[in-house]
Amino acid sequence: MKLTRFQYLSLRYPYLLAAIIFILALLVNFYFQKSILEPNTINNNLRVFLPLVLLAAGQSIVILTGGIDISVGSIVSIVSALLATRVGLEGAVEQTLIWFGIALLVGIAAGSINGFFIAYLRLQPIITTYATSFFFGGLALFILPQPGGGIPKEVAEVYRTSNPFGLHWAFYVIPLLIFVWLLVRQTRYGRYLFAVGGKAQAAYETAVPVNQVIFSTYVISGFMAALSGICITLLTGSGNPQIGDPMTLQAITAVVIGGTAMSGGVGGVAGPIMGAITLGVIKNIISFANIDTWWQTFVNAIIIVTALAAPGVISLFRRNKP
Amino acid sequence: MKKFTISPPIAAVILAVVLFVLSGFLPNSFGTDMAAASNQAVNIIRLSVFLGIIAAGQTLVIISGSEGIDLSAGSVVTLSAILTWTIVSGKDANVIPALIAVLFVGAFIGLLNGIGITFLKISPFVMTLGMSGLITGLVIVANHGNAQGRLAPIMTKVIGRPLIFGIPGAIIIYVFFAIIMWLILERSTFGKNLFAIGVNRVTSKLSGVNVTGMVLATYALAGALSAFGGFMVVGNTGVVFLSLGAPFLFPSIAAVAVGGTLLSGGKGSYFGSMAGALVLILISSLLTTMQMIDAVRQMVLGATLLLLISIYGRQRGFRQ
Repeated sequence: MKLTRFQYLSLRYPYLLAAIIFILALLVNFYFQKSILEPNTINNNLRVFLPLVLLAAGQSIVILTGGIDISVGSIVSIVSALLATRVGLEGAVEQTLIWFGIALLVGIAAGSINGFFIAYLRLQPIITTYATSFFFGGLALFILPQPGGGIPKEVAEVYRTSNPFGLHWAFYVIPLLIFVWLLVRQTRYGRYLFAVGGKAQAAYETAVPVNQVIFSTYVISGFMAALSGICITLLTGSGNPQIGDPMTLQAITAVVIGGTAMSGGVGGVAGPIMGAITLGVIKNIISFANIDTWWQTFVNAIIIVTALAAPGVISLFRRNKP
Repeated sequence: MKKFTISPPIAAVILAVVLFVLSGFLPNSFGTDMAAASNQAVNIIRLSVFLGIIAAGQTLVIISGSEGIDLSAGSVVTLSAILTWTIVSGKDANVIPALIAVLFVGAFIGLLNGIGITFLKISPFVMTLGMSGLITGLVIVANHGNAQGRLAPIMTKVIGRPLIFGIPGAIIIYVFFAIIMWLILERSTFGKNLFAIGVNRVTSKLSGVNVTGMVLATYALAGALSAFGGFMVVGNTGVVFLSLGAPFLFPSIAAVAVGGTLLSGGKGSYFGSMAGALVLILISSLLTTMQMIDAVRQMVLGATLLLLISIYGRQRGFRQ
């Protein structure tokens, strides 16, 4: 099959389109909101984007191996509910840190449940994680029936206002994530991820421990969801047992905008991170462009669908050329 | 040794019956009162009609394979319910035109999904997810949150109330609907081709199946079926609101999975989805009867679903 130059480039660099959309979104945002390049605004923005970035990064590992995890939002909710009830607004700082650790363990446990059913019982990922999302969501509501509670103010303030070396924490976390991914990609485990996503049967026949790899991706996704839950609790300072509900589909959209194919085997973590930031920037654009409230959902959807359809449209036109 | 097997739809029906009989032993249930029991049974079947019809489109799309899924079903239900509501506006004569209109709108939305999936090569999950956002946005823009309209008396009479021998009209419609779905899936070229492209698109293309056309037709049909679901739902509830269809979306996928249709495509039946819808509705109404708090109810529902699909939703291992 002969490939067009664009197809070749986008196969060689799956992030290419994500980067183009990202830069485009930033330019439009700059047009409406001139202050976007000031360090203060960037800090504010990234603080809000970080939870989704973490969630998308975890999700991308799962999607890379051809799975999907729609329980991540409810894991975020569990963490939020857990922190709000066990630590409380009056809690001590050490206590908060201990519960951060426990929250991460809870995320790993939740991911292990998903992984066990999907990798070892060989259930279909979408329906399994849908079922567990009910289970986790119910658990979150059980722990904290209504929004309320929270974490100590001084801990939340660290996330909200402190900017080490003039930049927000997100500036260090995001490159760290990408750096870790670049390292992981070079390892045997990284190759396994792509092999399983490409063709699981072939991977199995060439002695890749497919089940263990699939299991691990859900554990990673659960861990990242817990991390995201901690971030969003730090951001809001309060607990909400349903805070994660809308985040699941956003994270999946971010992964796809970031150039990771839903069928698996193509993509990585850096693209989805860009995708998550792009989604945030699109929200910014909509609120700064003074779009009528009634139209906001529609405009948001139009932009996202356009971003998703763009590569297809381009290759369609290329193919029709003589 | 011959392995004992039971087909998923039958297993689901047996499960539904067992659950229903067991539910009789609950303290505030029907107990030994046979009339109350049959009323309860009819009521649960009637409630499952709406989920069952919405799951029909989902069944077709999932059978068509290649990660086929229709996440726009929920918002199509909302859109079609609101359209029906506004077009009918209280007049019996407007019911048929409204039905035709929503079927066309649903088919058009489905066709757009199909175009995105076949020509633009967007994965079905993402394409239909995006479409769902678009439709929701469109509904908000179009009626600014308060649609004007009213149901026609005939719709309430046919869909909501008992029609013949105390059997609700919805169930009678459901029976005809199921027969049509069976004819489409099992006794038509379309059905044969649908299963063929679900198993392997390349081989079906090489054997002369118009794969692109099939995918377009499947998504369009699925859209029309979801729209019909919306028409039925509004006939039952009598009110419309923006989140009317969303609670049907994932249960419709779950119903298909519980009914033994493989989410990877190529294998399944509509009877399975009907049985799956029945089981899901039964479980959730059981949990309501038991007066559990919402949180526990959700957890039990999730655990039951997990258990159900663990029994027969398993995929082949690599070694086989």
